[in-house]
Amino acid sequence: MRITVTVDGVNYSDEVEPRTLLVHHLRDRLGKTGTVVGCDTSNCGACTVHLDGRSVKSCSVLAVQADGRAVTTVEGLADGGELHPVQQAFHENHALQCGFCTPGMIMQAIDLLAEDPDPDEDAVRHGLEGNLCRCTGYQNIVHAVRDAARRLGGTR
Amino acid sequence: MTAAVEPEVGRARRRKEDARLITGATRWTDNIRLPGMLHLAVLRSPVAHARITSVDTTEAVRLPGVLEVLTGADLAAEQGSLPCAWPITEDMLAPPAPSIAVDEVNFAGEVVAAVVARTPEEAQDALAAIDVDYEDLPVVLDLTAAVADGADLVHPDLGTNKSATWVFDSAEAGTGGDATAAIAEAEVVVERTFRQQRLIPAFMEPRSVVVDPGPDSATLWSATQVPHILRWMLSAVLGIPEHKLRVIAPDVGGGFGGKLQVTPEEVLTLLVARRLGKPVKWTESRTESMLSGHHGRDQLQRITVAARRDGTVTGLKVDLLADMGAYLRLITPGVPILGAFMYNAIYKFPAYRFTCTNVFTNKVPTDAYRGAGRPEATFAIERIMDELAAELGVDPLELRRRNWIRHDEFPFTTVAGLTYDTGDYEAATARAVELFGYDELRAEQARRRADHDTVQLGIGVSTYTEMCGLAPSRVLGALRYGAGGWEHAAIRVLPTGKVELITGTSPHGQGHVTAWSQIVADRLGVPFEDVEVLHGDTRVAHRGMDSYGSRSLAVGGTAVVLAADKVLAKARTVAAHLMECSPDDVEFTAGTFAVRGTATSMSLGEVVVAAHVAHNLPDGVEPGLDAEATFDPDNFSYPHGTHLCAVEVDTETGRVVIRSYVCVDDVGKVVNPMIVEGQVHGGLAQGIAQALFEEAVHDEGGTLTTATLADYLLPSAVDLPWFTTDRTETPADTNPLGVKGVGEAGTIASTPAVVNAVVDALRHLGVRDVEMPCTPMRVWKALRGGAA
Repeated sequence: MRITVTVDGVNYSDEVEPRTLLVHHLRDRLGKTGTVVGCDTSNCGACTVHLDGRSVKSCSVLAVQADGRAVTTVEGLADGGELHPVQQAFHENHALQCGFCTPGMIMQAIDLLAEDPDPDEDAVRHGLEGNLCRCTGYQNIVHAVRDAARRLGGTR
Repeated sequence: MTAAVEPEVGRARRRKEDARLITGATRWTDNIRLPGMLHLAVLRSPVAHARITSVDTTEAVRLPGVLEVLTGADLAAEQGSLPCAWPITEDMLAPPAPSIAVDEVNFAGEVVAAVVARTPEEAQDALAAIDVDYEDLPVVLDLTAAVADGADLVHPDLGTNKSATWVFDSAEAGTGGDATAAIAEAEVVVERTFRQQRLIPAFMEPRSVVVDPGPDSATLWSATQVPHILRWMLSAVLGIPEHKLRVIAPDVGGGFGGKLQVTPEEVLTLLVARRLGKPVKWTESRTESMLSGHHGRDQLQRITVAARRDGTVTGLKVDLLADMGAYLRLITPGVPILGAFMYNAIYKFPAYRFTCTNVFTNKVPTDAYRGAGRPEATFAIERIMDELAAELGVDPLELRRRNWIRHDEFPFTTVAGLTYDTGDYEAATARAVELFGYDELRAEQARRRADHDTVQLGIGVSTYTEMCGLAPSRVLGALRYGAGGWEHAAIRVLPTGKVELITGTSPHGQGHVTAWSQIVADRLGVPFEDVEVLHGDTRVAHRGMDSYGSRSLAVGGTAVVLAADKVLAKARTVAAHLMECSPDDVEFTAGTFAVRGTATSMSLGEVVVAAHVAHNLPDGVEPGLDAEATFDPDNFSYPHGTHLCAVEVDTETGRVVIRSYVCVDDVGKVVNPMIVEGQVHGGLAQGIAQALFEEAVHDEGGTLTTATLADYLLPSAVDLPWFTTDRTETPADTNPLGVKGVGEAGTIASTPAVVNAVVDALRHLGVRDVEMPCTPMRVWKALRGGAA
C-alpha cells in the first residue's frame, strides 16, 4: 500500500506492506532511528511518538494507520539548535542514564504536560506508567517533568 | 588553554552523554545498516530437555530471500564451545556449550537452527517453516530435587547435576575459628533458609549484533558491556586470529551484568557473516531476550548464626545451592563465590564456614546480575540479623552495633580474609536514623499494633558493605578466575592542547565520559570541554577489562589519574628544560608550570606545543606528551551504608506499600554527586524489585511463563517510592581518588531492607519470613500460616 506520512515536518510517500508497524517504518524505511523498540508487547513505551499531536506507542500502530497524518519523533523536537524544554529538563535533572527509554519517556512527558500543565508527583508517575526505565528508579524523571512544567509555564 | 578554576571533581556536572540521547541522535547497534547487510534469526527450542531427532529445513531454504539455514549438525565442527572463564575448582564439571544445540536441547529458548535472509521478515518466515522433532527427556528444575539421590540428570554424561562444590572455612584458612564448633556450643542458634528467586536483568535495549566480515579483518558491533573480553573469547571460540577481529560496543542501553557475556548469537552472527562474506545483523525481540539472555540469582541459602545471649555473634555457617541453569556461561560458577566473602558483612564474626554446591538444571544459564553474589549474601545475613534480634528481643540496629566493626578498628581483616580499608558504620547509621525518624516510626508501629490496625507498619534495616572495584588480579588468580582485574587508560595530548582520553572501561549508561572528563580536567588543568573520552572500540581502546562489578571508577578512574600523572611528569621535565631550571623547582597549578619563587612560568599549552614540535627537548626525551597507564589494585574497595525502609502492609489483602525509604551510602570520595545519586536510585529500584515484584517463573515442563514485560513485573513509576538519599564520605585508602564504587550499592542493600520491613510489620502476627517477591498473595498466605 502507498502511504503518505509527515514525519518531523517532512513529507514521505512510500509503499509499505500492510503488516508493517509504524515503528519499523520510521526506523527501517525513514531512518528515524531515534525512536527505538524495547519490547514486543507494548509494555515498555520506548517507541512512543506523537501521532497528530497525541502520544502513541508506535509498535502498536500500523504504518498504514498513519497515512495522511503527522508524526513527531524525538528527533523533531529541538527547534533549530534549541532543545525542547522537556529535553532540557531531562538533561538538567539527570533523568536518563543509558538513554534507551528516553525518547519514549520524553514524548510521553510532553503529552502528559499538554494534558496537565502542572502535574503533582503522583500525576507524573501515573502519566508515565506505560513507559519503563530500568536505570533511574524514576525519581529524576519525575523531577524533570515537574521542572519542565515550570519551564513551559514560564514561556507561556 | 585556560585554567580550570573551580575543581571539577566533586561537581555535579551535567552529562556530556545526554546531548545525543535526548535528541535521538544515538548509535545503538540495531541502528547500524551496512550495504548488502543480511539478517540472522534463530529458532529456539520450545522444550526444556529433549533429544533432537530431526531438523527438517528443506521447506525453509526454498523460501524467498533465504540464503542459508543452519543446524547444529551443520556447524558442529566450527562453532566451538561457549567459554566459561571461571572454573572455580580443579574438578569442576562443565558440559560442552554449543551455540546451536547439536543432539540435545537443555533449556527452553536454546538455539536449534539459524536462518540468514535478505530481510528480518523473510528470516522470521523461514523460521516458521523449519520442522524440528524432539524426543522428550526428563526435565530437572528444582534445586533440591536435582541434588537428591537418583535425580534425573541434565547432562547424563556427567553422572551428576553437581558441577562443583566450593568451601571456605575460617578455621582451615587461618582467618578465624571453627564455625561448626561455635554453633554446637552457642547459647542461641538461629537458622533460616532463604530463596533467592531467579531474576531477569531486563536491560531496556534488547541485544543486537552486527558483523562486517570485511575483506581483511572482521568488525563486530554488539550491545555488550565487555568488548575487550568479547574479542578475546570470540577469537578463542572460533579460532579467528585476535588481530583480525575488531569489537565495538557503540551506544549500549543498559546491562546490569546481563550484557557481561559471550553469547551464542554473537558467535553465530560472526560465524555466518564470515561464511557468507556479507554483513549480517541479529537483533532479538524482548521475548527472546527474556528466554535466552542469562538470568540472575536463583539460589537456595541455608544460613545459621550462633550467638551469645548478649547478642555477640560467635559463628556463621552458610550452605548454598546455586542454580547454574543448563550450561556454564562466562562467569556462571563464580557468581556465588563473589558472595562468599560478604556473608560476614560489616561484622566481627569470629568463625565462618561457607559451602556452595553449583547445580545444573534445565533452565537458562544464570550469570552476573547487578551485584552478582553480593546481593544474595547481604540479603541472607541482613535477614538473619533481624531474626536473631527478634529472637533475643533487641532492636535490630542495636544488634548490629554490638557486632559491627567500629570506625577506629579499620583497617580490619575479616573472618573471610578480606582487609577492609576504611569505613564508618556508626556515622552512616546515625545519619540514616535521623533522616528516617526511626524512633517516631517505632512509636507509630507500637500504636498500630496496639490498635490492631488492619494496615500494619514495618521497619526494615540493612547495614551493608560490598567488595567492589573488581579486582586485584592476584586475588582473581587465587580464585581461579581466567582473567585479570586491572584497567588501562591512555591520554593523547593534541598539539592544540585538546585531550583525548582512552579508557578500557565500557560504559552503558554510567556516565564515564563525563566523570572521566572531570578527572582529567582537574589533573591536567584543562577545561572539562577540552577532554574527549574514547571507549568501547578495541581498535581505539586497545587494552581494557570493561565495565562490571562497580570497578570502572575505582580501577579505571585510577588508571586515568596515573596516565595523567605521567603526562604531567613529562611536561614538567620539558617545562624545566625550557625554563632552564631543575624539574624539582617547577610547580604545577591550574594548568601552569612556574619556577618556584620566580615570575617565570609556562602554560601547559605552551609545553604541549614545545613537546610536539620537538625543536628543543632535553636529551633522550621523546616528542609528545602522550602517556598510558595500567592500574591493578592491591585490594578491593568497600562501600558501605545503612538503608532503612518503612512499609505499610494491608493484613487483609497482603498488599505492601513502601512508605519511606532512606539510605545513607558511603562510597568514598565522589567525582560527580549527581551521577552517584542516579546510580543509587537505579540500584534501589532493582533491589526493591527483587523484594516485591520480579521473578522468573517456569511451568512444570520448564517453559518460562514470564517471558514478556506483561508477565515479568518490571516496576513502573507508580510502583516505586520516593527515595531519600544521603552520603557519608570515608575515602578509600586503596586508590588515589579515594573512591569506592556505587553501581551495585543500592541493589545490594535494598532487598533485605524491604523484606525485613515486611516481616517486621507482621512479626507480632506470627510471621517469620515471606519468600520473595513479597507479592500480596505470598504475604496473605504467610499471615494465614500457609507456605509463604
